[in-house]
Amino acid sequence: MENKIVTKGLKKSFGQLDVLRGIDLKIAEREVLCLIGPSGSGKSTFLRCLNRLETITDGEVFVHGENITDKKVDINKMREKIGMVFQHFNLFPHLTVIKNITLAPTELKIMDKEAAKANGLKLLKRVGLEDKADAYPGQLSGGQKQRVAIARSLAMNPDIMLFDEPTSALDPEMVGEVLDVMKKLAAEGMTMVVVTHEMGFAREVADRVIFMDDGLIVEEGTPEEIFSHPKEPRTIDFLNKVL
Amino acid sequence: MSIINVISQSYPSFLAALLETVKMTILTLVFATLLGTIIGLLSISKIKPLKFITTLYIDIIRGTPLLVQIFVVYYGVAQAFKPMGFSWNPIGGAFTAGVVTLTLNAGAYMAEIVRGGIESVDKGQMEAARSLGLPYGRSMLKIILPQAFRTMLPSIINQFIITLKDTSLISVIGIRELTYNGKVLAANAVTMVMAIWLTVALFYLIPCTILSKSAKVIEKKVAYGK
Repeated sequence: MENKIVTKGLKKSFGQLDVLRGIDLKIAEREVLCLIGPSGSGKSTFLRCLNRLETITDGEVFVHGENITDKKVDINKMREKIGMVFQHFNLFPHLTVIKNITLAPTELKIMDKEAAKANGLKLLKRVGLEDKADAYPGQLSGGQKQRVAIARSLAMNPDIMLFDEPTSALDPEMVGEVLDVMKKLAAEGMTMVVVTHEMGFAREVADRVIFMDDGLIVEEGTPEEIFSHPKEPRTIDFLNKVL
Repeated sequence: MSIINVISQSYPSFLAALLETVKMTILTLVFATLLGTIIGLLSISKIKPLKFITTLYIDIIRGTPLLVQIFVVYYGVAQAFKPMGFSWNPIGGAFTAGVVTLTLNAGAYMAEIVRGGIESVDKGQMEAARSLGLPYGRSMLKIILPQAFRTMLPSIINQFIITLKDTSLISVIGIRELTYNGKVLAANAVTMVMAIWLTVALFYLIPCTILSKSAKVIEKKVAYGK
């Protein structure tokens, strides 16, 4: 299978602080990759380097075979194909749910207004919120907000989805509804990179789990290998704390 | 009541003066809003020289009295650029000089309001817009500025009110707006000086009050989804 994302020696520093210290990773088409690790391990920063929300300090990142760290790459065009879902949803509070979803496709002239709206309603149906099209984000629960955020990303028809701790800001009873949407996406063959603390989700849905600590990949393997037979002491230590 | 006497006797001059004041205010506000938005956007730019220039401009305006700024622009500029053939007269004279000074002045304060408004919007909003593939300018226009505007609105209206009142200082370069008109009337009056100045005050008070009340109405209108 084709590699959707390849990183080579990816490093990122914030001033004196080395957050990523050389990450080499290949992510295949249709793969669901879960990144786990203690907070401060660099997993969110790594994710944000994949669509250049963070400028990397050293190394290379290839998405669809193109080096996105190259200044000549049209990063806006690249980002259209890389959906991102944030911990804090980041819905646009001044726009209705449907406008949140149709804004990018219409602004970027990918669809006309009607087509975008029809597509938006279809996406809302897919995340189970077709009745919320005209609501404002402020009127939704956390779980609903995150489902809208997923629909908003899908509206650009991306072939990679990045999830940055999508359920960490949710009340426990709302985690399930968001994970269900993500599971469906995974089943449909979306390439997904998920930073998560939901070990149950990682175990059930991931094709591969990466354990990161201190800016490096410590261990990687199938969910079975990582969760049932972890080898590295740091992985074992981490899993003992969270499971 | 003597204010009524003053108005009934001199209303043509008051209306003409009010028109000058309003003209000056509206022109200034239009230009200052544009200037302030541009300077405000430049001041959050990552390009160091741009940031430096905007900061310098804002500091100079905030650190000097408006009255001195009026003299610099009207008398100073006129003399300094005379050798190059510049004169205020063919381009509207003191009135234009007044609008230019007020624009430069209010523009600096507006720039600070715009900057503050933009910075008050959560960083995640820009990130979400950019990660959808929207370019910076479009994200600013469609996502950040509409939200910033809500935060900025009370300060913008406040600046409008300040500018309206600041036009009174333009009287020193000979524009017959409300304050200058009051001076002329008071100089010729034997009695009723108090009434004349109270009338002048009233003519400022009314539009200022309308502005601040309309701000409340607009604020309610732009509230969303709460």
